[in-house]
Amino acid sequence: MPREIIVMALMLGGSFFMALAGLGLLRMPDLFLRMSSTAKAGTLGAGMLLLGAAIHFDNFSISTRAVAIIIFLLLTAPVAAHMIGRAAYFDGVPLWKGTVQDDLHGRYRISTHSLETGAVPENDSPHTDTDLIPDNSEFDR
Amino acid sequence: MSEFLWNVIMLLLAAGMVAVFIRLVHGPYLPDRVISLDLISILAMGFIIAYAVRFNQPNFLDVAIILAIISFLGTVAFAYYLERRP
Repeated sequence: MPREIIVMALMLGGSFFMALAGLGLLRMPDLFLRMSSTAKAGTLGAGMLLLGAAIHFDNFSISTRAVAIIIFLLLTAPVAAHMIGRAAYFDGVPLWKGTVQDDLHGRYRISTHSLETGAVPENDSPHTDTDLIPDNSEFDR
Repeated sequence: MSEFLWNVIMLLLAAGMVAVFIRLVHGPYLPDRVISLDLISILAMGFIIAYAVRFNQPNFLDVAIILAIISFLGTVAFAYYLERRP
């Protein structure tokens, strides 16, 4: 039964990646790192589960439905993650202390919600240099 | 053997769900809770798909479509109002 084996492997891999997404959401130190784990691992896990379902139900209409959900997830998950990340950056959610580079620093203007090429005054941009999660936080246990 | 593997799949999904619920309760910021809700709906989708394959019920895939659409629209709405929060 090779098809059973393929379906089982896809289901196991998909649920493994979903558990990994939950673990990443719990353990990552910073909202933006958490988002990178959930958006990518969650989409990959759901895609593998759906691919397993598409192979298991050997039926044209059902498999088309499963592939349509995969395409929909691949299109919408990055859009949703980008919108939440942008809103969180404007909201002033602090970055992790180990952050090496913040290219958006001093580029967003809060009063107009726009991205600018020149420097924006410090009191009108969402983050300051001291806006980091401190070293002795709960995540460094 | 197959029954054991199905139990492993359901346990992995349940472990992910527990981790996401801890983050949902813990916070510490509102966007953390929004992405937790997003991942909860994707995990619920995974449960539904695994259940549909295990018990051979292809009709449950329609529920997965609806959950995907609802979770995307909910996240976009949360982001919209989060950005315009005073």
